[in-house]
Amino acid sequence: MPDYLIRLAQAHETFRKPELESLAELLDIRLEFLEYSPDSPHCLVRLESLKDAEKLITRSILTDSICELWGQGSDYASLHADVKERTTHRWPDFLHASFRFSVFGYQGKRDTKSHSSIIDSFSYMGFLGPIRMKNADHEFIVFEEYGIREPEPKRIFLGRLVARGSRPVVSKYDLKKRSYISTTSMDAELALITANIAKASAGKLFYDPFMGTGGFPIACAHFGAMCIGSDIDGRTVRATPDRNPLTNFKQYGLMSYCLDNFVSDLTNSPLKCERWLDGIVCDPPYGVREGLKVLGSRTGLHKLVIFEDGTPAHLAPGFIAPKRPYSFDAMLDDILHFAACMLVDNGRLSMWMPTATDEDIALSIPQNEHLELLSSCIQTFNKWSRRLLTYRRLPGSVTGPVMPRPDKEYVNGSTADDLNNFRKMYFEGFRDKSSKG
Amino acid sequence: MKILTLTFLTCARKSCKPEPTSYPLHPTSAELEIIPVDFNPLFLRALLPRLDWPTLRILCEAFGLPGLQEEAPEEDALFLQPEEGGAMEDVEVQGEKGKEVVEDVEKKGEEETREASQLAKDLHHLLLETTMQEGKLVCGCCGHEYAVKEGIANFLLPAHLV
Ligand SMILES: [Zn+2]
Repeated sequence: MPDYLIRLAQAHETFRKPELESLAELLDIRLEFLEYSPDSPHCLVRLESLKDAEKLITRSILTDSICELWGQGSDYASLHADVKERTTHRWPDFLHASFRFSVFGYQGKRDTKSHSSIIDSFSYMGFLGPIRMKNADHEFIVFEEYGIREPEPKRIFLGRLVARGSRPVVSKYDLKKRSYISTTSMDAELALITANIAKASAGKLFYDPFMGTGGFPIACAHFGAMCIGSDIDGRTVRATPDRNPLTNFKQYGLMSYCLDNFVSDLTNSPLKCERWLDGIVCDPPYGVREGLKVLGSRTGLHKLVIFEDGTPAHLAPGFIAPKRPYSFDAMLDDILHFAACMLVDNGRLSMWMPTATDEDIALSIPQNEHLELLSSCIQTFNKWSRRLLTYRRLPGSVTGPVMPRPDKEYVNGSTADDLNNFRKMYFEGFRDKSSKG
Repeated sequence: MKILTLTFLTCARKSCKPEPTSYPLHPTSAELEIIPVDFNPLFLRALLPRLDWPTLRILCEAFGLPGLQEEAPEEDALFLQPEEGGAMEDVEVQGEKGKEVVEDVEKKGEEETREASQLAKDLHHLLLETTMQEGKLVCGCCGHEYAVKEGIANFLLPAHLV
């Protein structure tokens, strides 16, 4: 099993490993992490073949590239020694091929002149082929990793490029260029990562019960899954003739992957209660009204709006608490119960959940006896955070048509704040903030 | 609403769900439209075991569409048999150092190399292209009517039915 160097995006760190593990499982690839640190973009893995390396990374959103590892060291002397030990026998295979070398620094960089001398220092490999900056047969990359404000790198790798990840896809789905969005649309990068972690792929059937403007179905459709979306808010699903969820599918040429969108409420779902879904992805509403315009609506649950500076929108003037308090915990349990009823064996539920940064998270992760929690990825904002929880439907057990959700005691409060711990904490946070300001 | 989706829909009322008459919902005053989408044999293959064939036959009858065979087809019926469609070709994959690696893509389950049968094409047309644009979906148990407008159904229940 050869070793490979994966260069990861230095963003959404806690999502990186779950994304790769999910893709490995989806593609039936044996993946072993040799070295991984959340603080580093460089990760060493063991894979069975070059082909596996290529397949694994091509779909990854949080990976820049994967290279065959030709050597590593704590300085250039040890790097060269390792390169010689690992690859001397392979140099003849590359003798006449075209090639290029490049140098990348993390948390440190060098001028062009030192790049050249670094590249020259590998001349002992004796390649005779032409150097091509574009379309070279082989691309060798020197990765330098510096400690903060250190003059010399603490780790150096030499890799031969095998494949690049799917990061360019993120800009294709950029919300700024999408025809129909709302303030609550999940950004394209996280929607695509969610679809990867849920293992959306060709031939599968996926569902988002809180589709909003359809960001998750679009992301799942990008990976070839057939998608169903619904929302309790009919105006979001229908929208206007020229801007609606379908026009988004059209914009990206994904109409063939949109099975249907409809208006419904998860607690009274019209979907046949049998296990026919491969995946469920969602960002459930948090029980906070979006603004004045939904005043008087019977369906008063809307997603929490977060402004760019990380402040929840309920700090904005005009915020109105929901009239019909609905325990957020009860809703999450409903979603898990629904997933347990609907998912095929090993089908995945990937669900976003807001959490307070200092909350005891172990207590608040919802559980279901038929679902196994696989990963919990966290995105942190100023005063709050949200998690992507991913569960696997355990094989076997209960296939009957209707499976009653076990009764459970919820906090018996009379106001929305009593019922929704997350909201409560943020209202309190808001009061602190306003009293100071 | 595509016909495939209709095979997955039942009455949204909790009290109706245990009743066999609540499934499928019965289309009335339906206006159908054909909306072409890409043929997706991989999806059909994965779907077939989850497809409720008797329900599909009921829906076809309700819409006045051509009848379907009585028995649900097996997966093999979606594809031409080798002698009909020619021998399955090996797929050549460029491997390390230019060596050719022959891989049986079929086993990986990611791609479908067999040629689709007429049945697969007919099913694609029926399930994924035939769309109910207007009309009502009626529960055979409680009689509640769910409206379909411009292809989008509304399953929200009035307060007294929740
Ligand atoms: Zn009914």
